[in-house]
Amino acid sequence: MKNNRLPFLYMACLLLVGVLMAAIPASNNAGYQVGDTARDFKLKNVDGKMISMANYKDAKGFIVTFTCNTCPYSVAYEDRIIDLHNKYAPKGYPVIAINPNDVKESPKDSYKHMQVRAKEKKFPFPYVHDETQEITKAYGATRTPHLYVVQKQKDGTFKVAYIGTIDDNSREPGKVQKKYAEAALNELVAGKAVSQPNTKAIGCTIKWREA
Amino acid sequence: MTVYLKQLILLLTIALLTSVATQAQTVTTIKFDQLQELRQAPHDTLYVVNFWATWCKPCIKEMPYFEAAHAQYKDQPVRVILVSMDAVQDKEKRVLPFVQKRKLQSRLYLLDEPDGNTWIDRIEPKWSGAIPATMFFNNKRGQYEFIEREISEKELQELITKYKP
Repeated sequence: MKNNRLPFLYMACLLLVGVLMAAIPASNNAGYQVGDTARDFKLKNVDGKMISMANYKDAKGFIVTFTCNTCPYSVAYEDRIIDLHNKYAPKGYPVIAINPNDVKESPKDSYKHMQVRAKEKKFPFPYVHDETQEITKAYGATRTPHLYVVQKQKDGTFKVAYIGTIDDNSREPGKVQKKYAEAALNELVAGKAVSQPNTKAIGCTIKWREA
Repeated sequence: MTVYLKQLILLLTIALLTSVATQAQTVTTIKFDQLQELRQAPHDTLYVVNFWATWCKPCIKEMPYFEAAHAQYKDQPVRVILVSMDAVQDKEKRVLPFVQKRKLQSRLYLLDEPDGNTWIDRIEPKWSGAIPATMFFNNKRGQYEFIEREISEKELQELITKYKP
């Protein structure tokens, strides 16, 4: 009898280890990595309409951009985000800009202030507010601006193809040499794999709601 | 020498000394190699390296804690270093006036590396690039800790107490 139980005990231990290991990345809450499936969302745009990726029937993917009103880096990149949209929306990759900042921590990122900024800059893309920060946390965005390029799959899900920055010089657009996001988008549009799917830049920390 | 002149010299000396004491540090522009060199400093010293910028609100909020720590541990093997992420073009117009206004006393660097993608992973792969961010290290003792968020005064004091040689 005792000997018979041993393999069960062994199996149970293995199972436990497996469960624990599977639980580690989940509890880590690091957000998406390239290759992960990105969740859709339903967030309110500055025009009052709710925006979801599923609403865009013809899109091949999206440039999901976490950005805000208050971060000087975001402001420095506003025109370049508009350019990205104007260049890649016709190729199937429109921009959806998500403001991740908590209004209490950063009052000038309120919905009203977002509406003003979107109007001033004539944003040609939705500028939505992630009020609960649920989407920001799910994606794992940490700074503004922070880009996630997702590609629509045959089954209608969205796969993360690029995470990172727009280019190599936030301060001086004229001195940009490496357009990281464009390079990734060009590869996606051409049906190729993204050769540099992860890039980093200094940015403003996201203003998290105080627990 | 008249008493009057002596008094004047004394007064001038005092004025000079106090002005030196309250004078802000200069900001040294560095490249990545120098940052790497600092990160690898072999001494039995606790280095507290804070990455900030004049445009970063939470950085400015936590800055007094670093300045206080600098003053408090001046005579101990603890070095507080503030590394500005401002663009080098903004050094004269924004960084130096900020430093002077706040009379910053910690050691000050400005990292002139506009393309974060070339160096962030090399200094800390866990760092996403958000600031404020702070590193604590003593290479002699193999100690290292990295925090990518705003730090509280209590937390900073606790970490310094934990690691200082």
